This record gives sequence, C-alpha cells and structure tokens, in this order.
Amino acid sequence: MLSMIRTIWYVFLHMFHRRVTVQYPDEQPYLAPRYRGRIILSRDPDGGERCVACYLCAAACPVDCIALQATEDSTGRRYPEFFRINFSRCIFCGFCEEACPTYAIQLTPDFEMSEYQRPNLVYEKEDLLISGPGKYPGYNFWRVSGVQIGGKDKGEAENEGRPVDLHSLLP
Amino acid sequence: MTSPYPIVTMIVILAAALTLAAGLIWVERRLLALWQDRYGPNRVGPFGLLQVLADMIKIFFKEDWIPPFADKAVFIVAPAVILVTVLMSFAVVPFAPGIIISDLNVGLLFVLGMSSLGVYSVVLAGWASENKYALLGGVRAAAQMMSYEVFMGLALMGVVLLAGSFNLTSIVTAQRHVWFVVPQFIGFVLFLIAGVAETRRLPFDLPEAESELIAGFHSEYSGMKFGMFFVGEYLGVILISCLITILFFGGWLGPVLPPIVWFLIKMMFFICFFILLRAALPRPRFDQLMSWGWKVMLPLALANLLVTGAVALVWSS
Amino acid sequence: MTIVFYTASAVAIIATILMLTRANAVHALLDLIVSLLAVAVIFFVLGAPFVAALEVIIYAGAIMVLFVFVVMLLNLGEPATRAERALLRPSMWIVPSVFAAILLAEFIWLLVSGDVPPSAVAGIEAKETGMALFGQYLIGVELASMLLLGGLVAAYHLGWRKVPQTEATHVSHP
Repeated sequence: MLSMIRTIWYVFLHMFHRRVTVQYPDEQPYLAPRYRGRIILSRDPDGGERCVACYLCAAACPVDCIALQATEDSTGRRYPEFFRINFSRCIFCGFCEEACPTYAIQLTPDFEMSEYQRPNLVYEKEDLLISGPGKYPGYNFWRVSGVQIGGKDKGEAENEGRPVDLHSLLP
Repeated sequence: MTSPYPIVTMIVILAAALTLAAGLIWVERRLLALWQDRYGPNRVGPFGLLQVLADMIKIFFKEDWIPPFADKAVFIVAPAVILVTVLMSFAVVPFAPGIIISDLNVGLLFVLGMSSLGVYSVVLAGWASENKYALLGGVRAAAQMMSYEVFMGLALMGVVLLAGSFNLTSIVTAQRHVWFVVPQFIGFVLFLIAGVAETRRLPFDLPEAESELIAGFHSEYSGMKFGMFFVGEYLGVILISCLITILFFGGWLGPVLPPIVWFLIKMMFFICFFILLRAALPRPRFDQLMSWGWKVMLPLALANLLVTGAVALVWSS
Repeated sequence: MTIVFYTASAVAIIATILMLTRANAVHALLDLIVSLLAVAVIFFVLGAPFVAALEVIIYAGAIMVLFVFVVMLLNLGEPATRAERALLRPSMWIVPSVFAAILLAEFIWLLVSGDVPPSAVAGIEAKETGMALFGQYLIGVELASMLLLGGLVAAYHLGWRKVPQTEATHVSHP
C-alpha cells in the first residue's frame, strides 16, 4: 500500500521532468555523419561511375533488395547495366556499404522517403547515382587498380610499375 | 432549491457533461503524456484540442458492424444502457445552489441504484457478443462491480450518518463547518477505490484488459456503439469525481469564488487524480482484486460504519 | 401522477408476460428486470422513494445481476432454447392460467365492490422505514438476518475446497 502511494508520488513528480519526445517535423533530430539511411551510388572525382558491378553488395544484402546486371563498355570498363534497390525491403543494415570494394555504394543520413505507392520505393540507377564522390572525396578505384581501361593502359595506375616485357631477355 | 427553468438546466447539464466527457479524452491523453515525459496529441488545432473532434468524425463514419453470430437486440441495447444510467445519475447531482435537475430526497440511493444498473451494460455486451473474450470480460465485470458496489454503498453510509440525510444538497450543506473527508477519511479512501473499480478505470480495468482479453466486453463493438462505451466510461469518471466532491469535499462550498467554480475546481482535481492513478499503477490479478475487495475493503467499511455510528450516538446523547 | 402510475403498471404487466413467454433465458431475465424497474417507479409514485431505490439497488441491481451472471456462466446456447420452446406448449399453460384467472377475478371483484384501501399519500422517508424495521418489526428483521447468516455460512462451507494432498504440493526447496 505504501509502495503504491510512493509510486503515485514519483509518477506525479514526472510532471517537472524534461520531455523526451523530439517534435520531429518542426525540430529535426541530429543525425550522425555515419547514419545509415537512404542508399546512394557515388561517382569518381572524374565523374565516372564508381560501381564495377561485382555483385558483392547484392550477395551481402540480407533481404535481397539489390538487383543489378553487369556489363562492359568497349574499353573494358565494367559498370552496371541496371542497378535497382527496393527500399520497401531495405533494412538499412549497411552490409552493402561494407562489402563494396570501390566505395561506390554508400548510406546517407536521410530517412524521409515516405511514398503513397509501394512501387515508388523501387529506385533505379538514375535515382541512386549522385554527382559527387560521397564520403571518400579523393578516391578513384580505376586510378589504383591495375586493370586496363580506355585512357589508362597497364602500369599507368598510381604506385604501379611498368609491366615486365616478357619478350626481352634482359632481367 | 430546484432551478426555476428545469428544462434549460437539464439541457445545459447534458451538454456540459457530454462536452466534458469528450474533452476528457484530450485531457487524459495530454496528462498521461505529461506524466510519461511525452507530449500527447498536440498537432490538430491549438494544443491538439481539435483532436477530439477529429476522433469523433472518424468514429461516426466507421462501419457500424454487428457480428452475424451476435444476439442482435441485446447487442444494440447494451451500449445505450451505460450512457442512460450514467446520465440519469447526473439528474440528482447538485453542482451549485439552484443548478440541479431534481433535488430527490433519496438522491444518494438513486445514484447507487443507477450505478448498479450500469453493470448490465457491460455484462450484456459481453454476453451478446458471443465471443469468448467478450464473455470473459463480461463475467469479470459482473463479479468485480457487484463486489465493489457492496462496500461502495457501505462506505457512503458513514457520510449519511453524519449528514442525517440521503439528499445530496443537504449532505453538502451539512459540511459547512468541516468537510466530511476529515471525520470520514477511511470512507473517502474506500469510496475512491470502489469508484475506480466501478468505472472500470485502470488499475481496475480487468474487464477490458488488453493484454489478456483483447478489449474485453467491447471486443466486437465498432463505430459509435464503441464510442458510447467510451463516452460512458468518461462520464462515469466525471460522475464519481462529482460524488467525491459532494460527499467528502464540501461540494460547492468555498470562499471568494462563485460556488460553481469551486465545484468544478474540486471535480477537475479528482478527475486528474484518476488519470494519475492510471499513469502510475499496474493492474492487479483478478483473484487479488476479489480477495482485496471482500477480505480487506468490506471489513474496513463495516468497521468504519460501526465506529461512525457509535461516535454519532455518543455525540448526540 | 395517475398517468405515470398506469403507464408503469402497463409496462410491468407487459414485461412480465414477455418474461414468461421468452425461450431464451437471458432475454427472459431482461424482461424481468424491466418489470422490476417498472415496479420501482410505481413505488416512487405511491410515495415510497426509499423502497423504490432499494428495489432498484437490490432486486434489479444485485440479485438479477447474479442471475444473469449464472446464466452467462452456464452458456446455455441453442439446445437449451429448443428445450425451453418445447416446454412452452399450450398444455403447460393451463394450470398457471387458471390460477392467474382466479387472482384476476378477485382483483376485479375488489375494484368493482369499491373496497380498495386508499393508497398512501404522504411520502414515507428512509427514517420512518428504519424506525419501523428496528422498532415494530425487529423480530422479523432479526429472523431474516439469521436466515441470511445461515445461508452465508452454508455457502462458505460449500465453497470451501480442501487442497488435495498431491505430490506437487511437496516441492522440496534446495
């Protein structure tokens, strides 16, 4: 009986406590830079797509919300023919970002993606691609990888030696 | 003492009671939020006041569905019973000198009678729904309200002894010198607890315990029929608060301010206390509720009545 | 007041007839409750508000709730309704109808002969009822209370259940 009266008194004292509710639309909550929200695809500093369509993100995705199809341009540079994320399935776990070898897929601090129709939550590549490099400004995958593409021959990448000419007999 | 324009008084009290009951939904949600460190409804209109209006519009346009397996006539009558019995009780409540519909000389008994008829609403709703959860809720409600009615009446008899009348107006005027909460403190506590149980408010909302019985006796109700149960519950809270004010806290008596203002202040205080109880206390188990009622409250009420009677007898001789 | 009296009486009679002819137990009980409430109104009109209030609180509010409670717990359902309907054959009506006809004839004869005692005009207050109960009719009250006490003790005895001495009750604590 006494404990009940004490409970009532303590609950009454909550009248003078600070309210924990964030008045969301009027008052935006602070989102950390590494907040896991809407997914984007970033670009090189040069403006080319970073994504090399390796399928690692689709394989890592626990809810299978990522679909893509790899293709190559005439110079041997890989890119996704289509890249589709179904945000009505996405759980924003960030595994795709961790799996990505080229920093192409990134999660952003934005979660306001309400739609009245479910199909509108399926984002195509045009919707996902942004014009900048995202969280990794200086990084360019094709500049550091040894793969030969148009405009960059073998051995022209950063920190890469010239390829050995196997036809010369000199060591 | 009865007002010169009974019809006008009647309409005013009816309108005021129903408006207050609707407003209480907002008050309750805001106060609960306040005690739980939240805001509650604050979007629709100033301070969220129009939330009630929005809810009303919503509830009026909901499909009014009667389950095909239900006992149709009883199913329809049940929600009306609760509203009628509670509103009837307001007829004998003296809000201020002159603001009363019928100054019945057995006013207190009339209120008790009406509250005991209110049980039917819940019981019949539970029975007519032909749903096991509703039936369980109805059975619980019947047992709970029957038990708590017994010592609710007994707790009030001390007040009747001191005032020497069942008339609510003369009970108020008998408190001119000292409020009855002082000599009848046990009676007040007993009546408060019984009042909470009688209106099936938390912590005694076992007939509609969500975690066990879905919504208890009104599981099958929708639309305005559900709304009537809802409004009936809030009207019950207002009525019990009015009764506590009249019986134990001197009704409209108070200095400086006009009588009706005093009455409303005291009434609002107890309504807020009811909501505080809801915010603070967990629900007891049903057997705890029953044994608490019969083994603690009833003997206490009887002892209180005995002592009050003895003291009154000694005092008068 | 006369109009109120006759209306209430008509309601009481009709509700009682309905109560007798219902096949569903809960519907019958509801009609009985309406009948009791009508009787309470009659008491009120006759100048006995205390008795009227007691009628509502005790009969309609407590005893009938218990009846409804028990019927609800039994959960009679469709078979019981059919059995009840079979019981309501015309041949079952003959004996009660004869008795009711005798009472009606007596009542009509009383009305016709004009020997009706005048109904109480002055209101009877709670205090007077109490004085009568604990003065003139003290023995009756005491007898009733003894009967109720006996019933209470008997109910307690019947409701007392011995806890069976099973294995489960002897759980040893480590």
